[in-house]
Amino acid sequence: MTVLAERSPHVGSDDPRLKDRSTARTCVALVVVLAVAAVLPLVVDEQTETIAVRTLIFAIMAVGWNLMSGYGGMFSFGHAAFFGIGAYTDAYLLVEHGISPWISMVVGAAISAAAGTIIAFLCLRYRLAGAYFALATFAFAEVFLLWVQNLDFLRRTEGFNVPLLPANSWSMMQFEQGSHLYYWIPLAILGVGLFGTVAFVSSRVGQYAQAVRDDEVAAASLGIPVMRVRLLTVALSCGFTSLAGSFYTQYYFFVGPEQAFGSAVSVNAIIPAVIGGIGTLWGPLVGALVVGPLSEWIANVLREPPAFLDFLQGVTGLDVAVYAVLLIVIVLFMPKGIYGTLRDRFRP
Amino acid sequence: MTDTSTSPPGREVEPPKEERPGRLTRSLLPLGVVAAVVVGLVLVYTVGGKEPGQVTQSIATGLLLGGVYALVSVGLTLIFGVLGIVNFAQGAMLTLAMYLVYEIVVSGGVPVYLATLLAIPVMFFFGVVVQAALLNRLTMAGNEEGPLLVTLGLSLLIINVLLMVFGGRPKRVPTSVDGSFHVLDAIVSWERLIAFVGALLVAGALTLILRGTSFGLSIRAVSANTQGASLVGVDVRRIYAMTFGIGSACVAVAGGLMAPFLSLTPTVGEQFTILAFIIVVLGGLGSVIGAVVGGLIIGLVQTVGALYLPGTGSLILVFAVFVLVLFLRPQGIFGVKQ
Repeated sequence: MTVLAERSPHVGSDDPRLKDRSTARTCVALVVVLAVAAVLPLVVDEQTETIAVRTLIFAIMAVGWNLMSGYGGMFSFGHAAFFGIGAYTDAYLLVEHGISPWISMVVGAAISAAAGTIIAFLCLRYRLAGAYFALATFAFAEVFLLWVQNLDFLRRTEGFNVPLLPANSWSMMQFEQGSHLYYWIPLAILGVGLFGTVAFVSSRVGQYAQAVRDDEVAAASLGIPVMRVRLLTVALSCGFTSLAGSFYTQYYFFVGPEQAFGSAVSVNAIIPAVIGGIGTLWGPLVGALVVGPLSEWIANVLREPPAFLDFLQGVTGLDVAVYAVLLIVIVLFMPKGIYGTLRDRFRP
Repeated sequence: MTDTSTSPPGREVEPPKEERPGRLTRSLLPLGVVAAVVVGLVLVYTVGGKEPGQVTQSIATGLLLGGVYALVSVGLTLIFGVLGIVNFAQGAMLTLAMYLVYEIVVSGGVPVYLATLLAIPVMFFFGVVVQAALLNRLTMAGNEEGPLLVTLGLSLLIINVLLMVFGGRPKRVPTSVDGSFHVLDAIVSWERLIAFVGALLVAGALTLILRGTSFGLSIRAVSANTQGASLVGVDVRRIYAMTFGIGSACVAVAGGLMAPFLSLTPTVGEQFTILAFIIVVLGGLGSVIGAVVGGLIIGLVQTVGALYLPGTGSLILVFAVFVLVLFLRPQGIFGVKQ
C-alpha cells in the first residue's frame, strides 16, 4: 500500500501532514469496487444491466458535479448545460459529419469546459455566492435549452437520431443490442472520474480549491490565486460531466433538447451527490446506487402493489416524489449524506 | 436591504416626483432604466418596421403579463430579502395555489376570485409550516445551500404529488368574467387586467404593511440585522415563518388571478421560478418596488421581443437582459451594493 502512495506524484510531499496513507488505501478500494462492478454484467440479466447503465450515467454526472460543487464549494444548479453540450456535440458531429464519438467526447469536453469557465467567470466576477450562484447557473442552462430549440443546425426541438450501423464498430462506439460494452464503457469513464477525483483532491490545485471553499479570504491572503483555482475546478467538472452526455447519446441513439438541457438533467446530477454525500469521493457513487434503481423498484411495486398501496396503481410521478422526500430528509437530518454520515460514525 | 422605503409601487412607470436629497443619486438609475425602456419602445414604433397597432398590442400585453410576473416575484424577493434564501419552490407553489383555486371552484361552485380569497389563508399557512418545519433550522444556521436543496425537493414533491392526484391532462378553471375591451388599438382581456390590478394592489398592501405596521418594522429589522433584531426582542423564527407565509400568500393571489387564462398542468408554474428569479435580480434583491418594475420590464421584453423572435425566441432576450444585468449591475436596479 505504501508503494502506491510513494509512486503517486501528488502525495510525495515532504510535509509529514500531507503524507497520508489514506490515498493509497482509497485507490486500492477503488480498484476492488471497479473490478467487482466490471464482472456484474456477466452474472445479471439484461434488464438489470439496463438499470446499471443508467445508474452509471447518474454516477458520472454526480462525480462531475461533486468536483465543482462539493470540493469547489460552487453550487451548480445548471449541470444540464454541460451534459447537454456533450450530448449535442456527439450527436451533431456524428450525424452531420460522421465523426467518431470518441473524438466528439474530447471535443465536447473541451467545449463544455470552456463554456463552464466563461459562465463561472461571469458569476464569480461579482462574488455571486451560494444560492445566487446556483440560480445563475440554472438560468444559463435554460439559455442553452432555448438556444438549441431555436437553432436550425441543431434541428430545433426535433433532436438527433443516431444512425444505426449494420455491424459492431469500435470507432463509432456502436455494438449489438445488449452488448456488455455498453456497460463497460461508462464504467471506465466513471473509473477515470473517480481516480481523477482522488488525484485532484490530493493535488495542489485540489487542496487550494478546498481551502478557497472553506475560507476564501484566508486562502487569498495566503497567496492562493482564488479565481484561477476556481475556474480550473469548474473546467474539470464541466468537461467530465459532458462525457456522460456523449455516452447518453450513443447509448439511447437519440437526443433532444429536453433530454440534454432540461432542468431535470441538472437535478439528476445534484440528487445522487447530495444523497450520497457532497464533497466525498464515494458519496456520488452511493447516491447513484440509491437513485438509479429507485424508480425501477417503485415501478415494480406499483405493478403489483400490496393491498395498502392499492390506490397508487397506475399513478405517475410517485418515483420523483419519493426522490424529493428522500432529498429533503437527507438535507435536514443527514447533511453530510449517507456516506458522509456513516464515515463520521465509524471513524475513530 | 428591503427597499420598501423608497416610493410606493403603482407609480413605477412614471418617475417618482418628490425626492429627498440623499436618495437623488440612487434614484437616477431607476429613472435612467425607465427612460431607456421608453426610448426603446419609441424606437420600435418609429424604426422597428412593425405596424403601430401590433406594437401597441404587444406593449399592452407585455405590461399586463409583467404585472403577473411582478406578483410572483414580490413573494420571492421578500423571502430573499428577509431570509436570505432563494425559494426554488416558488413556481411549484404557484401551481399548487392554482390547483387549490381550481379545486375550490370546481367542487365548491365558488366564483374564481372568491376562491382566490379563500386560497390566500391556506397558502399562508402552508408557507408558515414549510418555513417552521423544514427551513428554520437551516436558515438560522446560516446555511445557504441547504434551503435551496430543500426547496428544490419541495418543488419536485409538489409537482409530482399534483401529477399523482390530478394527472397530467390540462385543466381549465371555469370563469364568469370573460371578454375584452379596446384601449387605443389594443385588445385587453378583462381577466388579465384584473390580474394586473391585483398585482399592484398586493404590492401596495405589502409596502403598507412593511412601512406602516410594527409587524412590518420587525420584518425590516430582521432583514437589516438579524442579531440586532433578536437582541431587542424580536422573535426571529416567528418573523421568518411569517415572511415565508406572506411570500406564499402572494403566490396564492398570483395563482388565483392567473388561473382563468392559463391551462393547468402540474408543471405550469415551473417556468415562473426562473423568470421570477431573473426579475428579482433585475429589480434588486429584496426590493418590492424593484420586483414590480423588473416584472414590467421583463413582460415588455418578452412580448415586444416576440415581434421579432417568435416562439420561445423572445425568452432568449429575457435571458440576455439577465446576463447583461449580471455583467453591468449585479445588485440590480434598486439594489444596494453589498
